[in-house]
Amino acid sequence: MSNVNQAAGSNPEKNENEIQSRDTVGLTQKQIIVKRFVKHKAAMGSLFGLIFIFIFVFTATGLQFGNSQNPTTVPGWWKFKITDIDPEGAIAASCNGGVTGCPTLDLAPSFLDGDGIRIGAHPFGTDIIGTDYFALVVRGAQQSILVMLIVGFLGIVLGTTIGAIAGFYGGLIDAVLMRLTDMFLVTPTLIIGSVIGYRFGNFGVIPLALLLGFFAWMGLARFVRTEFLTLREREFVDAARVAGASDRRIIFKHILPNAMGIIIVSGTLLASGAILAESALSYLGFGVKPPDVSLGLLISQYQDSFSISPWLFWWPGTLIVSIALFVNFIGDGLRDAFDPRQRRHISFKDRRNAKELNGKRP
Amino acid sequence: MTQKDHGTEESKIVLQVANYNVDFWVEGVWYPAAIDMNFQVEAGKVLAIVGESGSGKSTTAMGLMDLLATNARVSGSVIVRGQEMIGAKKSQLRKFRGREVAYIFQEPMTALNPVYTIGFQIVETLRTHFDMGPNEAKTRAIELLTMVEIPTPEASFNKYPHQLSGGQRQRAMIAQSLACDPGLLVADEPTTALDVTVQAEILDLIRNLRDKLNSAILLITHDMGVVADLSDDILVMKDGNTVEYGTADQVFNRPQHPYTKELLAAVPKLGSVAVRELSPELVGQPAVLKLENVSIEYPKSGRIPAFRAVTDFSLEIFPGEIVGLVGESGSGKTTVGRAAIGLLPTVEGKIEIVGRDMTKPTPQELREIRRHTGIVFQDPVSSLNPRLPIGESIGEPLFLSGDAKGAELDKRVEDLLDSVELPRSYRNRYPHELSGGQRQRVGIARALALTPDLLIADEPTSALDVSVQARFLDLLQELQDKLKFACLFISHDLAVVDILSHRIAVMQNGRLIEVGSRDQILKSPREDYTKRLISSVPVPDPAEQRLRREARLAGK
Repeated sequence: MSNVNQAAGSNPEKNENEIQSRDTVGLTQKQIIVKRFVKHKAAMGSLFGLIFIFIFVFTATGLQFGNSQNPTTVPGWWKFKITDIDPEGAIAASCNGGVTGCPTLDLAPSFLDGDGIRIGAHPFGTDIIGTDYFALVVRGAQQSILVMLIVGFLGIVLGTTIGAIAGFYGGLIDAVLMRLTDMFLVTPTLIIGSVIGYRFGNFGVIPLALLLGFFAWMGLARFVRTEFLTLREREFVDAARVAGASDRRIIFKHILPNAMGIIIVSGTLLASGAILAESALSYLGFGVKPPDVSLGLLISQYQDSFSISPWLFWWPGTLIVSIALFVNFIGDGLRDAFDPRQRRHISFKDRRNAKELNGKRP
Repeated sequence: MTQKDHGTEESKIVLQVANYNVDFWVEGVWYPAAIDMNFQVEAGKVLAIVGESGSGKSTTAMGLMDLLATNARVSGSVIVRGQEMIGAKKSQLRKFRGREVAYIFQEPMTALNPVYTIGFQIVETLRTHFDMGPNEAKTRAIELLTMVEIPTPEASFNKYPHQLSGGQRQRAMIAQSLACDPGLLVADEPTTALDVTVQAEILDLIRNLRDKLNSAILLITHDMGVVADLSDDILVMKDGNTVEYGTADQVFNRPQHPYTKELLAAVPKLGSVAVRELSPELVGQPAVLKLENVSIEYPKSGRIPAFRAVTDFSLEIFPGEIVGLVGESGSGKTTVGRAAIGLLPTVEGKIEIVGRDMTKPTPQELREIRRHTGIVFQDPVSSLNPRLPIGESIGEPLFLSGDAKGAELDKRVEDLLDSVELPRSYRNRYPHELSGGQRQRVGIARALALTPDLLIADEPTSALDVSVQARFLDLLQELQDKLKFACLFISHDLAVVDILSHRIAVMQNGRLIEVGSRDQILKSPREDYTKRLISSVPVPDPAEQRLRREARLAGK
């Protein structure tokens, strides 16, 4: 930072924005965004959490492709599959007066009055017939994450495209696209999903995700349209037009980056909502069907055993909630990072520890 | 408590500020915004705080009543009518706000709540502070509206802010702040958003009110011309420091500090520069821009009927010539500018740009014409894409026209930055990291990227401080001398147009009412409207301002 010549008026414009530009000199936009995102503690933590869950669940049981009758599988590091039944194991892990299939995982070390840290044969317990619950939960999480990714991607692409076109061109195009959006908005996704599921039976998780994604873009389209309606009136759009930019260039290069905030926020909400929607459909019995599992299906199957074998409910429940929260936190961090003017909240500690400049401007 | 005691000598000092500091917390550092300030205002007097944007003048005013954001820290002593305000309880501050200290803000549109009628908002203020029935409050509100000279106060009582003009909105705002007969009125750039003619009226109003109500007024502005006639004392601020503090007579006639002198010199004066002659080799060439009996309409949308913004407008601009287009806001100047560059279609008449008929242009013709034209927009905030580095913004016309790519493009962008006197390192910066004046330079660089034959400058200085404006105008003039482009310079400020233009055109209500050489318009204007415009331009000289005000009032 340069020293200001206090002897008045040498350069009236020079210092006006020095405070703002202090930490952003010489960085490109991408670098600024990355830097701001990395600074966001909740978002970074969630990102690592999500990556961990992702790697953990996809390497554990291995992957399963194709339909459930004739699957192609890649082996994983966990010894059980969702089709393996181990009744002896279940009985071995009994606890509390004969309830079978208790989790063998114990994290309380012996000096804290526990039985020592151990994982055991069935760390998450087993279900009633002796299927390893860890394998089931991990498989369920794979399905749910897949749904999340597909629905999030489809929703963002469809919503952004339709919203952008409607907002940018306006008039007749806008009217037609928005009535189309209205039509989709009044269609109850759950009922459509149930009807299709009921009519065509078990058709696997990917078609289910595509269906959900196809009915999930409307809110985002509305947001993006509103954003475009305001942004296209800004003078920089006229400036780009005078410079000779085509409509496509104006939409993608000039307006879209300015609408990123809203797209990311709704996109992450969409993704975490998709997990819940899949759970709801599976819970109703129309999404993923046994013997394949998803987190929602596990919860629906074992809701009755909550009082006797609560772990059958807790493991998938915790996982759903943490994935949804992680995705939302990441979205929050991205939104803050994309807005160049967003400033952090000031705590009392910050205020107390602040440096004094004693009446001198930098 | 409605009747205040103005009698005794002690109570004459309404506001006494001592050792007053304001700091802002920015990323771990306390940045001072106002440093060790001392001043006082007496009843019936006006203290003007003058400085550029960023000098801390608004912060000073807002800090008096603890109205700053949470990252601000105020220290020192602020005594309003004998009561210490710093460290006072919230309830006491609330009692003083509006009642003893009232504020008038810069933007009357944003400071008034758009969903309530102005009458409602005044009544609300009255009933918050006084035990008053609705009818009584309404009577008082209408009285206030009459006092601020709003036409038909009874009807205006039930109007919403958007139904009033900018000047009337500002009057309503003043009426609201006067509701409680405050001892101190803080006017934060009350006229900056207004046209010169309206500005003159609002300043007259403030002066009358001071005499009538015997309030103390703290006037905040960046324009020395505005304060010349109104203020008793002047405090000049720069970078949070008090640069000069004295009576108006001292500051205007015997300024001590070089910065004060610079501020005074920056105010454009009518007729202060020599007549600009067209260079002889350019005389007699065909017009670059030719508008013949052009009418422009904004098409009807829904129930709103089509609006004819410009009627029967004819103007020619020749190579190397700067034509100033003046008029009040709403007179259609910007519309003409946009039509002249093909951003708006015309309904009648003929437009010829660089020898081509652009009345009904095809997209191809438009693309072709954009290689020969450029435009600088009014609002430096909105005219640059906030997510593009400015280097990319400047290079865009070059890139899109296919004139330059890669390293060649980089070089051209650097040359353009040089030509508008911005450091080359700025090319990677984002618009929000630049000041208003710098952003407007970027705007010029972009408009001149393709070395156009015609430049439209749409109020490029209206958002800038007076001193920044002066430098911007110098730059534009230099560039024009060098590149010899023709320019349509649109402004509401006659003094600005006067500095640059060869010819001046005056617009009112969508019609061209007068056009002529600069001397002809300024020295012997034919139309009353032009005369009014000329007499409204503020001059940083109290004596002359008084003469002109009296002349203006006599002419009414």
